[in-house]
Amino acid sequence: MDQPQAIELRGLVRRFGERTVLREVSVSVPTGATLAVLGRNGAGKSTLLRILATLLRPHAGDIRVLGEELPRRGFAVRGRVGFLGHEPLLYRDLSGRENLGYQARLHGMTSTRVEEVLDAVGMRERADEPVRLLSRGMVQRLAVCRVVLHRPGLLLLDEPLANLDPAATELVAPLIGRGCGATRILTSHDPRAALAEADLVLGLEGGRAAFLTEPSRVDSDSVARLYA
Amino acid sequence: MRENRAPGTWQTVVTVLRKDLLLELRGLETVPAMVLLALTTLVVFHFGLGRDTIDGQLAAGVLTVTLLFAAMLGINRLFVAEREQGGFDAFLLAPVDRSTLLVAKALALFAFLVVLEVIAVPAFGLLLLGPPLGRVLPGLVAMLVLGDVALAVIGTLVSAIAVHTRARDLIGPIIGLPLLLPALIGMARGVGPLLVAHGSSWPPGKWVLILALYDVVFALLSYAVFDFLLED
Repeated sequence: MDQPQAIELRGLVRRFGERTVLREVSVSVPTGATLAVLGRNGAGKSTLLRILATLLRPHAGDIRVLGEELPRRGFAVRGRVGFLGHEPLLYRDLSGRENLGYQARLHGMTSTRVEEVLDAVGMRERADEPVRLLSRGMVQRLAVCRVVLHRPGLLLLDEPLANLDPAATELVAPLIGRGCGATRILTSHDPRAALAEADLVLGLEGGRAAFLTEPSRVDSDSVARLYA
Repeated sequence: MRENRAPGTWQTVVTVLRKDLLLELRGLETVPAMVLLALTTLVVFHFGLGRDTIDGQLAAGVLTVTLLFAAMLGINRLFVAEREQGGFDAFLLAPVDRSTLLVAKALALFAFLVVLEVIAVPAFGLLLLGPPLGRVLPGLVAMLVLGDVALAVIGTLVSAIAVHTRARDLIGPIIGLPLLLPALIGMARGVGPLLVAHGSSWPPGKWVLILALYDVVFALLSYAVFDFLLED
């Protein structure tokens, strides 16, 4: 029997004005697997993640996320996806606890869950300080809390370890790392780290899929060409 | 409480409204600026008109223009935190009815306008208005509430359109002012007869009705199109 697919893309196209950012991208990701998306700046990695998160509409292609067709069934996907982009999506004048409480209410979660995730990333002590007073690393830890607060089945992680020191990286690993249990799509500018985390690797070059394969079959030349 | 159950419409409205009011209380950015602008405008009118007191339609016009100026400031700032701090994305990722954002933002703007008027209307009475306000206060409050609903609903709609554009500070007034014009005329015409010594204590029914109808039409229209405005 075929393994259920968390993500199925066929011929995905997305344009911004005249510029085509994603060209005929096709990929399938089995449930529970990790797809690492590699490519240099502007290759279309973030756009891909935003489309999967229902934040952007595709211009062509067939897309199924968690069994639902996008963009038609976007409402059925929202709330089942955790999206960590370049911005933490936290209000600077609110504390970490207030931000997460707000998010928890929007996702129908309890305050107990807020304390649970704060505890998991070691932020309980600083959770009442306004976000604007926290270091970038701490804000990133809170952003990770926001992403996993509602126990999403699909994690879309754009440079998830940015600004995190080794200790913080270890703290967030059970929430967004390989063993978290969710299907993960992650982008990274550190190909070696991304390959170590992945079950599948998608190399994007100018919006096209340069390769889609298992990490063991990605040679250093292909990666070098991607970033050349 | 069971986890992961999508919140209901009013629960979401209250959640977003509470967050907006908390952000305003923390930052004190919008309402103080609106109040300051209104008071400054009244002072300018006081000296500019060269009269100790005004009444009737002139007074209604001055009050309406003053409130409009201050409201435009609030309208322009309504979605600033959502745009600058990623609030839009965070909201769009939640399993909630997107139109609740319109309702919550309109209620927040309405609350800002009420606070503004609690300060600006007595100031208007002290600085410019000839006839006393006491007797006509219920009628005046009714007209202000109807006017505030129009400002809040249309303001939220326009602000949501403008916030996605590069010229957002211009787009707000360019789209908003023509849409608000009928409501503002209705408000001024309805308030005018109240601000006359020994005049009517209740606004003319025609203007109350027109303003109420305008509120209902734009509330429904905004609710119908708001979801599309949040699409990329």
